[in-house]
Amino acid sequence: MSLFNARSAWTIYKHELARALRTALQSIIAPLLSTMLYFVVFGAAIGGRMESGLEGVDYGAFIVPGLLMLTLLSESTANGAFGIYMPRFTGAIYELLSAPVGFAETLVGFVGAAATKSLVLAAIILGTARFFVDYTIVHPVLVLGFVLLVSASFSLFGFILGIWARSFEQVGMVPSLFVMPLTFLGGTFYSIDLLPEPWRSVALANPMVYLVNGLRWCFYGQADFPVIVSLLMALGFLGICIAIIARIFATGWRLRS
Amino acid sequence: MFPAMQDILEIEGLTKTYDGGFTALNGVDLTIRKGEIFALLGPNGAGKTTLIGAVCGLVQPSSGTIRAFGKDMGRHWRTLRRRIGLVPQELATDMFETVLHTVNYSRGLFGLAPDAARVEEILRALSLWDKREESLSALSGGMKRRVLIAKALAHDPELLFLDEPTAGVDVELRRDMWTHISALREQGTTIILTTHYIEEAEEMADRVGIIQKGRIRMVEETRAMMARLGRTEAVFTLAAPISALPEGLSGHSLSLAEDGRSLVYRGGDGTGQGKSEVAAVTKALIAHGVDYTAIDIRESNLEEIFVNLLENQSDTGEGA
Repeated sequence: MSLFNARSAWTIYKHELARALRTALQSIIAPLLSTMLYFVVFGAAIGGRMESGLEGVDYGAFIVPGLLMLTLLSESTANGAFGIYMPRFTGAIYELLSAPVGFAETLVGFVGAAATKSLVLAAIILGTARFFVDYTIVHPVLVLGFVLLVSASFSLFGFILGIWARSFEQVGMVPSLFVMPLTFLGGTFYSIDLLPEPWRSVALANPMVYLVNGLRWCFYGQADFPVIVSLLMALGFLGICIAIIARIFATGWRLRS
Repeated sequence: MFPAMQDILEIEGLTKTYDGGFTALNGVDLTIRKGEIFALLGPNGAGKTTLIGAVCGLVQPSSGTIRAFGKDMGRHWRTLRRRIGLVPQELATDMFETVLHTVNYSRGLFGLAPDAARVEEILRALSLWDKREESLSALSGGMKRRVLIAKALAHDPELLFLDEPTAGVDVELRRDMWTHISALREQGTTIILTTHYIEEAEEMADRVGIIQKGRIRMVEETRAMMARLGRTEAVFTLAAPISALPEGLSGHSLSLAEDGRSLVYRGGDGTGQGKSEVAAVTKALIAHGVDYTAIDIRESNLEEIFVNLLENQSDTGEGA
């Protein structure tokens, strides 16, 4: 038997997507609706009176990458976390642990499905945003690549969260208490260059700043930082998450008793 | 009974000590033969589920080795797990899935291509075919347990672990399950089951293992164990009380009750030898002029043997 069982990974992937379809109202409609409200309020309603801080980009278009990132980070984390937490909670994880399935198949299946859900959601949000604000994407391929990278990274992060968590409260706590607030403060609605000191320096310690700006650069070719900084941050986070999960599988931490 | 049988599972010195210091398995040595039904018996907390978990990858052993199909589980887990199935004790599965979906999922998870005909065969064998489009949450407890068996069979395992397969199911369904399990053995599947229903082990198992406090106390063929430890008990209600056992009856394993109104025979083995001795006693009583009005005969079952063994182990301090 090879080191990677593609059929097992594909089975997990399909199973997880089927679960998402069963809960489409929660996993797609709810985040789509909340993001649309942001576009209505900050883009269409008061966006005309705001300065974006980017040359040639009006405020409504400015917030598109930030809002997209906000949804991506929250949903990827939640999807990755619930994907593995649910079988832990129901006890159905026994089947995964007793199957000829290792680190790679589990990651491809669970994280691939979580990232796919995020990508579908991102596409729907981008398409719907057109109804509220006018925007043009300068580097569409880079946008796709960056969205893919962030979705995968935060789905992995969510996967770790789902293994760490001992309750539903803990699963929901990290996205709502850390990911969303940090993304809000990470330049979703403003350029951090507009912040006075020392808040600008404080904002630089927020890793979400680099992700939001990275996606903004891919959209408009300009941002608070060079895109390479954002790319390295995202890749670094991806590598750290993979290393942690590899360690979890090697030790069986919170998976095997 | 097991000519040239090969060992399908060999466990040596298996120990599991949890982080809190509790030792669930304490140097377990156990060998399972290909094609047999092996019943693992033991009181709650004896280590039955931990032992199964260690073989199936749910529990990380602290020390010891597990070899399945002649290969080390630690090194060849991918190929070996493909050949092993597990029906857990708990009804642990996604309750919002349909029966068909969850069985197909299990087959795919173990790396097998979809096979609608095989899945239909499994579902029909377990009387689940008519329920295939129903959500698991809509099924009764017994039906859910059948679904877990169907999931475990979806990848056609050669070695199947059944952890309390009939817990919580009614008598009729339990009998039905026994038939299914026996049919699996006929098809060549090796089965290891844990159960609280000793009757289940007595009915189905070729061999019985008794585990207590993380140690295997005894492994023996069921019939041999019954023969060795089984007993016949016959109580003769006497027509008139007697003060002492007549001389000519001393060769039989008889004892007189304190009130002199009944004689009790205890002896024989689990093969029926006791019954023929009871017949001899009846003749002897008549020959010695001891009249009786009733005889109550009963054979000890595996449950009594099991309870006696555990009590003896505790009395001798071996379980400590």
